[in-house]
Amino acid sequence: MNTLAANSKETIESKGQKINEFSIHVATVNGSGSQSSNTVLMRSIFQMGIPVSGKNLFPSNIMGLPTWFTIRVNKNGYVARTEHVDILVAMNPQTAVEDVKSLPKGAVCVSPVELNLDKVRQDVIHYLVPFSQLAVEATENIKLRKLLTNIIYVGVVAHILDIDQVEIDKAIAQQFEGKEKAIALNVGAAMAGRKWAQENITKQDPFKVERLDKTKGKIIIDGNGAAALGCLFAGISVVTWYPITPSSSLCEQLIDYLEQYRKDKKTGKATFAVVQAEDELAAVGMALGAGWAGARSMTSTSGPGISLMSEFAGFGYFTEIPTVIFDVQRVGPSTGLPTRTSQADLMSTYLLSHGDTKHPILLPGSVSECFDLAVEAFNLAERLQQPVFVLTDLDLGMNNWMSDPFTYPTTPMDRGKVLSKEDLEKLGGFSRYKDVDGDGIPYRTIPGTEHPKAAYFTRGSGHNEDALYSERSADYVNLMDRLNKKTETARKIMPKPVVDKVQGAKIGIIAYGSSDFAVVESRDQLNDAKTQTSYLRLRALPISKDVVEFVQSHDRVYVVEQNRDAQLQKLIIMDYPELAGKLVAVTHYTGMPIDAQFITDSILKKEQEKK
Amino acid sequence: MVTADTTPASPAPKAPQTNKLGLTLADYKGSPSTLCDGCGHDAITSQLIKAFWELNIEPHQVAKLSGIGCSSKTPAYFLSRSHGFNSVHGRMPSVATGAFLANQKLIYVGVSGDGDTASIGLGQFCHMIRRNIPIVYVCEDNGVYGLTKGQFSATADQGSKLKDGTANHLNAIDLCGLAIELGCSFVGRSFAGDPRQLVALLKAAISHRGTAILDVISPCVTFNNHEGSSKSYKKVKETDTPLHELGYVPFYEQISVDYEEGEVRTVELHDGSHLQLKKLGQDYDPTDRLAAESAIYQSHKDGHLLTGLLYINEDNQNFGQVLDMVDTPLSRLKTDDLRPPKEALDEIMATLM
Ligand SMILES: Cc1ncc(C[n+]2csc(CCOP(=O)(O)OP(=O)(O)O)c2C)c(N)n1
Ligand code: SF4
Ligand SMILES: [Mg+2]
Repeated sequence: MNTLAANSKETIESKGQKINEFSIHVATVNGSGSQSSNTVLMRSIFQMGIPVSGKNLFPSNIMGLPTWFTIRVNKNGYVARTEHVDILVAMNPQTAVEDVKSLPKGAVCVSPVELNLDKVRQDVIHYLVPFSQLAVEATENIKLRKLLTNIIYVGVVAHILDIDQVEIDKAIAQQFEGKEKAIALNVGAAMAGRKWAQENITKQDPFKVERLDKTKGKIIIDGNGAAALGCLFAGISVVTWYPITPSSSLCEQLIDYLEQYRKDKKTGKATFAVVQAEDELAAVGMALGAGWAGARSMTSTSGPGISLMSEFAGFGYFTEIPTVIFDVQRVGPSTGLPTRTSQADLMSTYLLSHGDTKHPILLPGSVSECFDLAVEAFNLAERLQQPVFVLTDLDLGMNNWMSDPFTYPTTPMDRGKVLSKEDLEKLGGFSRYKDVDGDGIPYRTIPGTEHPKAAYFTRGSGHNEDALYSERSADYVNLMDRLNKKTETARKIMPKPVVDKVQGAKIGIIAYGSSDFAVVESRDQLNDAKTQTSYLRLRALPISKDVVEFVQSHDRVYVVEQNRDAQLQKLIIMDYPELAGKLVAVTHYTGMPIDAQFITDSILKKEQEKK
Repeated sequence: MVTADTTPASPAPKAPQTNKLGLTLADYKGSPSTLCDGCGHDAITSQLIKAFWELNIEPHQVAKLSGIGCSSKTPAYFLSRSHGFNSVHGRMPSVATGAFLANQKLIYVGVSGDGDTASIGLGQFCHMIRRNIPIVYVCEDNGVYGLTKGQFSATADQGSKLKDGTANHLNAIDLCGLAIELGCSFVGRSFAGDPRQLVALLKAAISHRGTAILDVISPCVTFNNHEGSSKSYKKVKETDTPLHELGYVPFYEQISVDYEEGEVRTVELHDGSHLQLKKLGQDYDPTDRLAAESAIYQSHKDGHLLTGLLYINEDNQNFGQVLDMVDTPLSRLKTDDLRPPKEALDEIMATLM
């Protein structure tokens, strides 16, 4: 039976239809191969010009535990997570009953007929599909049947939502690039799902896609891939790492790019080195060794690795060695929730190591900033001569996001204050740890520099301006004060916050990183609730002085972050105690990405309390 | 007034001896040592200075690294014209690995202690060997933690006693045996009190292009030089059992042939230099891995300290070769080599649309 929606080419939004504004929740079993099908579904909608975002909520497990993929389709371009589910594809028998029970009234449930989910809830729209039978028809290969079930549900959903088959075909071709057999098999199975749905489903729900032109020229990429590209175009040459979720895919993608783009044209030899280290203690040691010896170096990890790097982080700060350390944050403490997202490493990373230590931190808020700030991180590390951290999180790092294409770096690589043989010939020598320019940043030389005065001794123990061992109090104080001056220089030269100051707004919001997606949407919701807000998105630590002016020009400022202890709020107060009275914490720490409604509700509630 | 004529001809001040680069031995020294008088570590420092000077190596071509401990302080006491790196406890190997990746052309010398190597740093020590990072790695082995005032280290021999009489009941980790097991391409043991053997081994290690492990017994005069210690000067002199008499012949010199047939083995090193092993007692083949392992095992049973070149394998690929890096040190590459062109970014962006 052909359904109205599937055949209709009407562009007028008839009453009761929900066009380009809904979210799909696919419940499957980890390791069942659903990831590529979900990507196909998401991409096909993207290819129709409709803003879309996808999130993989997966367990810390390789096979067998439940996993969910959400696709949010939103014509207004909101891409944050939403709690709301409109369409459930309930493929996992383990969780199906619970999944159906949590649906709002009137939602759609696509499920295998044998699960009898229509008996669980009558107030949702059920489409019961004989998936097993369709899989048997799609292939004779028993092993492939389970896999193909995934692409069959894509076909069914494509029919229900009216997604063009050409877009499904295109997305499949891209997903299985070059593997002709796999492409044909998947296209066939998707068609089978669609055909069955055309013949057997009577559309009763209001959800549907219609072509828009809002994704033209855009790319889809995950934050780790974007950061990897940033490293590539920053001119990285030494990469050292130790696998950990959710950071591994950063180095893995970087390695692929390096293999392709960084082989010497003539000799085919590598202009880079990658080491899978024995642990994070070694990974950061290698990165520092390479930075010391003059290469652009980096390592990437997540919370547990950051904890292990602590001693070397302080060493790098104290001895002034450039390197870049990525922390794709997950939920701690300890192993915590290793496949869930968090922003709870902010404070410990800023102050990582014993003694008075402070590190510059970059806080990308989008995939394009993952790219731009990765490039910038290497310039800053060499300019400031110290380890620079880039903090993202699992949500930004591992999920797919829409973005404008990245822009090629316009500024040359900043290699910082390095003295060459010629410089030394002119100067006659140098003092490694002397503040010559008044910015706290001294000059360094690279091992191998052909001059008898080039050498100096790097040590984590007390040292004077000439890098000689010293336990003198005056030398220590001099050194610590100069390092602090460097922090002040960093405060000035690190990327500025992005500020949207709204005339007449009495309240402000401060947020950073992946919270941005939800804040943007929440501000519109607040606007609808007659609550105007200004917004400052922080992009770096140490905290820019711009924050002071922003906070002072509002009655109250909500600091929105994804950790329990309101870590950014406390860091702001640490640097600017005078702002304490105006800052109100909004904290989200469920392990799920923060959503707009949570922020809106929290702020409205707190505003109510103030009245 | 004394006139020139009446002054007896004073001998011209003797110019200090220079090497082929015109540098004196003093040019290879560092700051004065702050270690205890008589510490074995200082004797090793002297031989390092001598080895680099005699090999005519430009100091700026060397980078010296260490961990933490009395031993790890010593890079400050030699080669002041070389870049130095006193890292954190037990983790010099990772720093050396990173530095090597940035610049394959430098000669790396790492100094560590038995605490630094065999306890906190054992993991990094093993992985450095596994990667065959070209470095002369000297473990100045005194069986104790000198800098933290004399606790046992993991190389302390079973039955050896601390000053207060406390005995060590645990097995010692034999760093040479472990290194050979891990596939190390150059393994030697020596004694701070045998400068001739030590300097020959140091020179050979410098000529080798892979990880060269030298376990040098280096008595701690303050905490481990008493009766009952197995690593005191006195005890080591008794137990020292050299495998051979070593002679190092640099690549620019002829190997002497005035030995009897079968009396000497000659090992050719990466840079064309040679190490001559003159037979003492039993014949010993340092290229035979199994023989090396069994000789070490037997020496433990006999209570002997085997010194000399225990094992060498000049065919092992080092990490730079495995990674197939360009010849120019990565640290010297310029933007054109490091940053792919705009077309590359455009191409990647197109695949993501
Ligand atoms: C992380 C850490 N733990 C402990 C110490 C304290 N410490 C300094 S030196 C040392 C032992 C050094 O022993 P060894 O390497 O044998 O050197 P030696 O002084 O005997 O030459 C220890 C435990 C430290 N510096 N760092
Ligand atoms: S304590 Fe021992 S190891 Fe340390 S300097 Fe003194 S003698 Fe040498
Ligand atoms: Mg020791």
